[in-house]
Amino acid sequence: MITIKKRLLVFTSLFTGMLASLSSCVTVKEYQKNKLNDAEMSLSSRKIEKTELNFQSYREGASGANGGKTGGGCGCN
Amino acid sequence: MKKICLTIVGIYIGLLAAFSQASSSTDTSYKSRKLKFEEANFVGSYYQQDGNHAAVTGGIGSQKLNDFSTSFDLKLSKYDRHKRKHIFTAEIGIDHYTSASSDKIDPTTISSASYADTRFYPSLGWSRENEEKGVTIGAGLYTSTEYDYQSFGANINFAKKTSNRNGEFSAKLQGYFDQLKLIYPKELRPNSGGGGGSGDDDDDDDSYGSASRNTFSGTLAWSQIINKNLQLLLEGELVYQDGYLSLPFHRVYFDDNSVHIENLPSKRLKIPVAIRLNYFLGDRFIIRSWYRFYKDDWNIQSNTIQLETSVKINPFLSVTPFYRFYQQTAADYFAAFKVHTAADTYYTSNYDLSTFNSSFYGAGIRLSPPKGVFSIQHLNALEIRYGHYQRNIDFNSNIISLHLKFK
Repeated sequence: MITIKKRLLVFTSLFTGMLASLSSCVTVKEYQKNKLNDAEMSLSSRKIEKTELNFQSYREGASGANGGKTGGGCGCN
Repeated sequence: MKKICLTIVGIYIGLLAAFSQASSSTDTSYKSRKLKFEEANFVGSYYQQDGNHAAVTGGIGSQKLNDFSTSFDLKLSKYDRHKRKHIFTAEIGIDHYTSASSDKIDPTTISSASYADTRFYPSLGWSRENEEKGVTIGAGLYTSTEYDYQSFGANINFAKKTSNRNGEFSAKLQGYFDQLKLIYPKELRPNSGGGGGSGDDDDDDDSYGSASRNTFSGTLAWSQIINKNLQLLLEGELVYQDGYLSLPFHRVYFDDNSVHIENLPSKRLKIPVAIRLNYFLGDRFIIRSWYRFYKDDWNIQSNTIQLETSVKINPFLSVTPFYRFYQQTAADYFAAFKVHTAADTYYTSNYDLSTFNSSFYGAGIRLSPPKGVFSIQHLNALEIRYGHYQRNIDFNSNIISLHLKFK
């Protein structure tokens, strides 16, 4: 069984790797944004995740910072 | 003759100027006057859960729940005479659920009024973007109605792009003003005398009191394009709630076998901060990653990580497996069935506020052919996604969703 610490370590390593490429930050022109403009590259949560985000905000103590609900509607069952 | 020539040249230049002006301004005014259909979306989901820690029965008992939810939104746009783009959105959502634990609010009936409920939630939004300056402002209204809960919400937002259009700062303020009916467990209702009152199911609107709950949140976000393949979003939110934050039908059993209604503080401050990184790897893979740290003044601390990879089988078909790991510590006021004591000021046996971790995994498939899905020209995209959610404390759920995008 993978421990919580190990899972966090794996994800932290992935993030660190991606953050490392921040050093290569360059200005990207509009005509170079074809990959960035792909529907699946959107920086917001996707439409199809709508109900998932709702049930997670009801079933978990933490919520917010993901475009999901922070209030309104009971969802108390 | 000179006069005639000059007049002809003057008229010609005038006409030319008028014509060329008309050409460009006609183009702009055409955009400004006509309301354009941008897109419409339909999202339908079926959610099913089961567990053995229902808060209605004090942290024990079935959490079986089925929920059908559908929403439809419409997005329209138009340009005004200052070349600013206005976006108008309207959304209608309907959820219908059946819940085994809600049925235990009044165990004297075979099936109480709270066994099933329908939530109806329309919303309206508007935004105005000045494409030249890279500034967007917007506002929205929201309402949600269910049998025992009514909510009204409003928001305003602002966004500004950097001069090179590679970064964007955004801010959002939201407020929700909720009213809930105080539907207590049958045996704890003031007139029940502890024995079920009249014995009839008297779930009518007038027999309940009400309480209010307010939620205010402020969000700041920064998005940045790093290179042609990578972009990130940093997001921080401050959420403040006050009012009746317990739920009136949640039972809590003390160690002396007495039963009480959940009692939680009337204030809560939540701070979630998140980072999202999306990377286009080669020509076929999109890696979407998200991490959130959360802390609140009820002493819940949580970490959430999500990773999903879209694999483009071809430019119009992609498959997206995903995995999400969530972990939280318990709220100070949580204890299991018959663990709370009379010395506790605040108490709950709601396992959503307990220590647990969960895994959520599944996959989605997305179709977006150039001639439309199933050759239906306006059906721009179709997506189906399934996920399984598993807690380490005897709770699991499944969700399947369908998204249709019309353009």
